[in-house]
Amino acid sequence: MSDFEPKVVAFVCNWCTYAGADLTGTSRIKYSSNVKIIRFPCTGRIDFMLLLKAFANGADGIIVSGCHPNDCHYTSGNFHAKRRWIIFRELMDFMGIDMKRITFSWVSAAEGAKWAEVVNNTVMRIRELGPYKSYRDMVNAKVEEEVRNE
Amino acid sequence: MNSLVNRAKMLLEEKSVNVVIGYEAGTGGTARPAFISESADAEKLIYNEHCVHNLAVYLSKQEVRKMGKIGIVAALPVMRSILMLIAEHQVDPENIVIMGISHDGSLLDIENIQVMKDYISKSDPGNPERYKDKLAELNKLSMEERFEYWQKELSKCIKCYACRQACPMCYCTRCAVEVNQPQWISVKSDISGNMEWHILRAMHLAGRCISCGECGRACPVGIDCHLLTMHLSDQVYKYFRVYAGLSEKMSSVLSTYEPNDKENFII
Repeated sequence: MSDFEPKVVAFVCNWCTYAGADLTGTSRIKYSSNVKIIRFPCTGRIDFMLLLKAFANGADGIIVSGCHPNDCHYTSGNFHAKRRWIIFRELMDFMGIDMKRITFSWVSAAEGAKWAEVVNNTVMRIRELGPYKSYRDMVNAKVEEEVRNE
Repeated sequence: MNSLVNRAKMLLEEKSVNVVIGYEAGTGGTARPAFISESADAEKLIYNEHCVHNLAVYLSKQEVRKMGKIGIVAALPVMRSILMLIAEHQVDPENIVIMGISHDGSLLDIENIQVMKDYISKSDPGNPERYKDKLAELNKLSMEERFEYWQKELSKCIKCYACRQACPMCYCTRCAVEVNQPQWISVKSDISGNMEWHILRAMHLAGRCISCGECGRACPVGIDCHLLTMHLSDQVYKYFRVYAGLSEKMSSVLSTYEPNDKENFII
């Protein structure tokens, strides 16, 4: 498994974590390059379906990050997101989808160092867990079905 | 059920309602939903252990809304659905007459919403006893076993969306599965797409499901999809101390928040 490079997708909000990640770069802090950052207007905009689609399309891990509570650009987007993630995690856990693969964090625009830490820790954890084979097998089962039908 | 028939007859005769939604005898000893608009037809109404459909599902339909005042035969889950529909502004409380049915099948005197609320508050708002064992059993499995279980179950899904149709709370005129830009859920039936559909359905019902179990009963291939929404009902209570369908003034759990909502996973 030594040649396994985790693919991590980060869904971040424009106002805090994206700016925070920018700061990580301008502060010349080195961090893992396994993460692909996708910018959203707000954590409240991050639909749970996007996380499922990320896993289905080959992500081994996911980071969801936004403004700290009370710091939301839109006042309450992150509070709504928090409720949604509380429920979503419980549903995922009930269905047997690995919640150790998703990191939720608050990273402000001033926390460049924290962002590097969040990414590095997530990548390290995913490296230990290995590729998300069971989810991909489920998606590939569909491909096999298609081949059979043809 | 003479009292039910008489009540329906009276309501229709004095024109306090235009139609009564209830149950009539179906084929082979079953029951089926019935729309009664003539007082002479009220004789057809029955109520027995086969009358399990959640009739509240009809109340938000466009065709039914046009019928004006409606009398509805309502056992406990139907009453809770109606409260939830009123809370979400889908049903005008002025427009319905509740013909409440108690646990033992006798007719209740429900004059208004407050009386209905009081009746509901006397019952256990949690998941029905008959589903608790299965929920506990699934919760005891390991993560891998649960994933295995749901893959096996959901591979049976034929995407007929009967679970959605049977649910009083699934009233969107354009469901996410009928939208193709973006196409969230694949049209054909495959395991991961099926799983995405059931996750989407459960998430959209979180904090709104009143645990009637209609989705699972409606499923033609026998998927226990009600366990997903019922699990979330438990979780919503655990985190937010709310059960759906207990008040006509409830705001939706996932579209509101408390600044001090507790979680332990955000770093």
